[in-house]
Amino acid sequence: MIKFILRNIWRFVILVILQIVIFNNIQFSGYINPYIYVLFILLLPFETPKWLLILSSFLLGLSIDIFSNTLGMHAAACVFMAFMRPHVLQYISPREGYEASSLPRISYYGFNWFIKYSITLILAHHIFLFYIEVFTFSGYFFTLSRALLSSLFSIILIVFSQYVIYRK
Amino acid sequence: MRTLVKFFLRYYYFLLFLTFEIFSIFLVIENNNYQKTLFLNSANFFSGNIYKGIANLTSYINLKQTNEELSAENTRLNNILKNSYKTNEISLLEIYDSTYFQQYTTTAAQVINNSVNRQNNYLTIDKGEKQGISPEMAVISPKGIVGIVTNVSNNFASVISILNTNMRISAMIKKNGCFGSLVWDGKNYRETILKDIPNHVKINIGDTIITSGYSSIFPKGKLIGVISDFKQKKGGNFYLITVKLSTNFKKLSYVYVIGNFLKQEQKDLEKISEND
Repeated sequence: MIKFILRNIWRFVILVILQIVIFNNIQFSGYINPYIYVLFILLLPFETPKWLLILSSFLLGLSIDIFSNTLGMHAAACVFMAFMRPHVLQYISPREGYEASSLPRISYYGFNWFIKYSITLILAHHIFLFYIEVFTFSGYFFTLSRALLSSLFSIILIVFSQYVIYRK
Repeated sequence: MRTLVKFFLRYYYFLLFLTFEIFSIFLVIENNNYQKTLFLNSANFFSGNIYKGIANLTSYINLKQTNEELSAENTRLNNILKNSYKTNEISLLEIYDSTYFQQYTTTAAQVINNSVNRQNNYLTIDKGEKQGISPEMAVISPKGIVGIVTNVSNNFASVISILNTNMRISAMIKKNGCFGSLVWDGKNYRETILKDIPNHVKINIGDTIITSGYSSIFPKGKLIGVISDFKQKKGGNFYLITVKLSTNFKKLSYVYVIGNFLKQEQKDLEKISEND
């Protein structure tokens, strides 16, 4: 149990560092920016208490905010994503439900399940984030296209990372 | 009472979500005003030092280009030094001249954090209060203007970039002196929009845009960029001019911070006139 918690804390720290050091500097054509740190929320175990889910997502967003001068924006998007997670999990659950002590990963539930899971949540996070950043609905197609393009890159990187780091 | 407790227990997840969401959005709105001093920004001690470490590593990548830029600027400065001119006069008389006195100071600084992809971009530089940096100083690069200092800590300062949708700068067309305001539309990091230039003024693609010096922050005549495109709004009296910036914000590494000794004097005077 302790090992489990420590592992998640490590993942939190490493993802925040990776995001601010590397991925915030990857900017395709000026305004597409992948946000891979949401992988932390995606990979939290199924049994995570709901209050902890929201609280840890808030802290995750806040730490990204502090480093990128966007106080509140990432926090708001992460909290929204965390709120959506149980609903999405319920909606796409396999017929026999989730096994005890399994994790939301490709190695347990397959590629199709994981891609559905990550696309829904990452889209929710990115669209929320980009709209709260411009804080207006004027030019909403432009904002939407930025959000969709960035989501695409995030999804590719996150799915790719699953094959590179979490091989069985 | 029991129904109330039941209600809270039933919907605690949604209520928790609402609480955190409202708090986050409160933070966004509270800090939207970029002039507000806040502790949790990239100029604070902790994140400032981390960014400095990162910048030390990454500056090696751009070292060659930075060196070239600096040596080009050195050459230019050397060329206008008094030593490089030969005098035709036979004798020189030294006169204490009170007509000229220093108005602007310059401090060199290194950019340690930068972004171009957001709607409101900021930079962090490695000089702060101890090195004489204060808010509302102008920041320029060898190639053109960069932004304005917003917050300072002891050893770092955060700079609002001209690539920020909250930013407005007074700019003028060099050849005829017509001035308008420069804003960024948040789309392309190489281009900004110049507004408020009336239709009757003749402009061409390629005309140089410089700072007007009216705002007491930027000195007059600092390069901003060149006109790359312009159109007239139907039924409007003003052009919509696209300006290609001369500064490449993706490759910034060294900048100069410019302070104005006479800023307070100008501001005080303008305040008196406003009150009339």
